[in-house]
Amino acid sequence: MSEREVLELLRENARYSTDDIARMTGLDEQEVEAAIEELEATGVVRGYQAVVDWDKLEDERVRAEVELNVHLDRETGYGDIAERLARFPQVTALRLVSGDYDFDMEVEGDSIREVSQFISEKVAPVPEITQTVTHYVMTSYKENGIELGDGEDDERLSFSP
Amino acid sequence: MTFELADRVQTVPPSGIRRFFEIAEERDDVISLGVGEPDFATPWAARDAAIASLEQGKTSYTANRGKRELREAIADYVADRFELGYDPDEEIIVTAGASEAVDLAFRAFVDPGDTVAIAQPSYISYEPGVIFAGGEVLSVPTKQEDDFRLTVDALEDAGADEADMLVLCYPNNPTGAIMTKADLEPIADFAREHDLMVLSDEIYAELTYDGNEHTSIASLEGMRERTIVFNGFSKAHAMTGLRLGYALGPAEAIGAMNKIHQYTMLSAPTTAQHAALEALESCENDVREMVNQYDRRRQFVLSRFREIGMDVFEAKGAFYCFPEVPEGFTAEEFAEGVLREEGVAVVPGDVFGEGGEGHLRISYATGLDDLRQALARIEAFVDEHA
Repeated sequence: MSEREVLELLRENARYSTDDIARMTGLDEQEVEAAIEELEATGVVRGYQAVVDWDKLEDERVRAEVELNVHLDRETGYGDIAERLARFPQVTALRLVSGDYDFDMEVEGDSIREVSQFISEKVAPVPEITQTVTHYVMTSYKENGIELGDGEDDERLSFSP
Repeated sequence: MTFELADRVQTVPPSGIRRFFEIAEERDDVISLGVGEPDFATPWAARDAAIASLEQGKTSYTANRGKRELREAIADYVADRFELGYDPDEEIIVTAGASEAVDLAFRAFVDPGDTVAIAQPSYISYEPGVIFAGGEVLSVPTKQEDDFRLTVDALEDAGADEADMLVLCYPNNPTGAIMTKADLEPIADFAREHDLMVLSDEIYAELTYDGNEHTSIASLEGMRERTIVFNGFSKAHAMTGLRLGYALGPAEAIGAMNKIHQYTMLSAPTTAQHAALEALESCENDVREMVNQYDRRRQFVLSRFREIGMDVFEAKGAFYCFPEVPEGFTAEEFAEGVLREEGVAVVPGDVFGEGGEGHLRISYATGLDDLRQALARIEAFVDEHA
């Protein structure tokens, strides 16, 4: 059960210190460390990353959501195609989804040209892929549960009864 | 001309917190642990319902006692959560915050000369409310050694058997104390034996931790007929500014309160009533998530005070804890010092009446980053001076 609690806190903020997680959960530090190790060892936690608001940076970052339709045959399943696509570092997320298309793929690059080239030269030619529809991200409002607006100031009085 | 203030207004001293406001104004880096309201915004679904009601032009008065739909939802909610049975037509009144409901009760049931026993430390409005109604206040101090629970001993020591009314606030502001069913039973016996009416302010009822569920004293045998329960949306649903609360009680009592309410308030804010209805219908998960967050912060703050070496009892309700100041300080000196030197705002316990001296009210209705920083500053202050 302690792993569940620790996981919840890491999902909220992966930079919480072990000490602080211990204080918040009533576990001791060794228990928290053991829980994190267990989460990592079993592959429940696959990594830790920053949630970035690219609009705040000078450098351009181009992201696209790509819808992929595929044609399966006896030798090739969704998993095979996914494995092939996921190996490209440009692909930041890849999910099989229900609905009008098969894969929902997120791609990142330094320019529209780079991303377009990647789709047209590396993705579209994959024999099983029958169609790609690329949507470039124009503005992001929320990432990983975090709103990217300017936030609201705390308007509360410093003392209230 | 000079205004001749009414005696009952003059009798009430100015709020003890005012002075601290001015000190806090002098710095621009103050982290406040002095706030008695949630740091969360009202759940979006409730705000959205309020906005929709405005768009649809629902801006007229409601029935004096509040929208019937809302009263029904309140009846279902308190039945489900606290095993309380109240008739939405006769036994529930919706008010502009629980504060209005408390004031209505004092005015409806306190005659000049009546004695109102108040378990303290407690929310600062009860005492002035009693005085404005012409009553006499009897403080019943609770103690840290009892985890700030009210005991029959404390009632007897204070002479509360002679009182006409008893005011309770559990989960408690400012201590964070709760009263379990077993703790409440003897208090209920005492109230029945000495024929006390009970006003039970349960505004923090949703905010209990460590597997404790709130018990309302009105749910105990023979208590419904002598108790008025106050609750509202400010704390659990983070709706302080929307001003919406309610009172539950026997028909005759709620009728008397409604008599004052209809001439003074007419009806509680309509927009807020729409928000509240939505809050009850769909925001249970938001409440659970906020309680979850408060609980983590509570455990964080309690452990930090222990690490700092300040004595603090295990608060299990509301969003406050109530540590003892180190030796050599009064609560007021500590609060002023830590505000001036470190820019951390806390409220000295004396403000909340007898039993609060030597303690600080620490509100953890603040994000973890600020709590971490504030506790580090308090630690620096203690290291320097204690």
